[in-house]
Amino acid sequence: MIAGVDRDGLAESLVELIRRTTSKLPDDVIKRLKEYRTKEEPGKMACRTLDTIMENVDMAQSASRPICQDTGTVTFDIQHPLGARQSEIREIVKEAVVAATAKNYLRPNVVDSLTGEIKSDNIGVGHPVIHFEQWDNDYLEVTLVLKGGGCENVGAQYTLPQPALKAGRDINGVKKVVLDMVVKAQGKGCAPGVLGIAIGGDRAEGYAIAKKQLKRKLDDINPNPVLAELEGWVVEQANRLGVGPMGFGGKTTLFGAKATTLDRIPASYFVSISYMCWAYRRRTMTIRNGEVQHD
Amino acid sequence: MIKINTPVDEEKIRSLKVGDEVLISGSIVTARDRAHKYMVEERPDDIRGDLENSIIYHCGPVMKKHDDGTWEVVAAGPTTSIREEIYQADVMEEYKVRGVIGKGGMGPKTLAGLAKTGAVYLHAIGGASQVLARTVVSVPRVYKLEEFGVPESFWVFTVKDFPAVVTMDSHGGSLHDKILATAEEEFRSIVDSL
Repeated sequence: MIAGVDRDGLAESLVELIRRTTSKLPDDVIKRLKEYRTKEEPGKMACRTLDTIMENVDMAQSASRPICQDTGTVTFDIQHPLGARQSEIREIVKEAVVAATAKNYLRPNVVDSLTGEIKSDNIGVGHPVIHFEQWDNDYLEVTLVLKGGGCENVGAQYTLPQPALKAGRDINGVKKVVLDMVVKAQGKGCAPGVLGIAIGGDRAEGYAIAKKQLKRKLDDINPNPVLAELEGWVVEQANRLGVGPMGFGGKTTLFGAKATTLDRIPASYFVSISYMCWAYRRRTMTIRNGEVQHD
Repeated sequence: MIKINTPVDEEKIRSLKVGDEVLISGSIVTARDRAHKYMVEERPDDIRGDLENSIIYHCGPVMKKHDDGTWEVVAAGPTTSIREEIYQADVMEEYKVRGVIGKGGMGPKTLAGLAKTGAVYLHAIGGASQVLARTVVSVPRVYKLEEFGVPESFWVFTVKDFPAVVTMDSHGGSLHDKILATAEEEFRSIVDSL
């Protein structure tokens, strides 16, 4: 038993988490996309593209089908109470992924990097990605993020200083490289998107923590005023670039940015950026005393 | 809206310009990373009939097989096209392909290839996998399914009114080049003011 549910109960609730994540965008994402839709001129490509996106969101939800065919890297963040066995949870998560793939909630999406062999059940070396954290609460919380390859490929990691961009080791330097990444991405990551930004750390932790920012709700407010200002600045300036939905041109290039810092060693100053597409698939479930709750 | 029916002739394709919105009907063929590498390196002949005067779709769909052996498209939006930049012009010329549907646009080699072969780049809305899957009427054939797997196979789709926008034409026009140039200029003015 884990948080009061048995093995089958946990597997079943995880399949439901995958169904919800692949087919239903979170409310904060829908709300923000609708807000930006009103900023685009009616009749223009940007506006009609956002309309098609919303139509697609509705269709996926009502049919319980994938919003995007690239169901992406399947990443579970699992926080569990003391006493839960991670090896057991890992097996149950894999079972759920196999079942969800059979139901077409997930595309067979895992390929052996050397041989090209397709793992048609989505179980492979390092996939699904499962991060465990044992916490002091008495309940289990699982957040699932499905992140497609288009947006993953446009993410970037910079080292400061960057002479070509006149970007030094300060907050202005950070702003310059983040905006440079948005210019380079154009529409390729399925704009409009959201950035997860990590300042500092090493290469591996930088990317990991940048991605973790994508778990935050779009309407939260960063408690650090410098980072809050950075988040607002990035969205506002990115939306002056004219890239627009899908790179067709328009006012909506980003609809969110979330930043954090890690301490660094003197020689390194990394800025790591993870780009999430508009098909921002993120869902959480909690299990407490055997009761499953989906967000 | 301009209607395009495949097979489509070169003259019709050369009449298209950047910004034209089209509705595609007829047969189109999915091909992405492995398929493009395979076409350039091995030049297979069995797919020629399906590609000539037709349109390639950069797409790795989610597919469902019914008990009677027929296939249904569960989700099918475009994938990022730029990864095929090293292959695309050669593929279009070799197989007489008249158009490529994808997302994100492509580079100078493909743009030159469009002019040479007489073809266009058609941008579909990335992530709109349900809106686009709805236009697929049937799935008559698939090539290389066993070897390449569902997302990377050549799926032949019969579509009705598949919506896309011409963002690169056969006259050297590219919306992507224009948007990038504007963004770079704006970027410079923003960072200079910091």
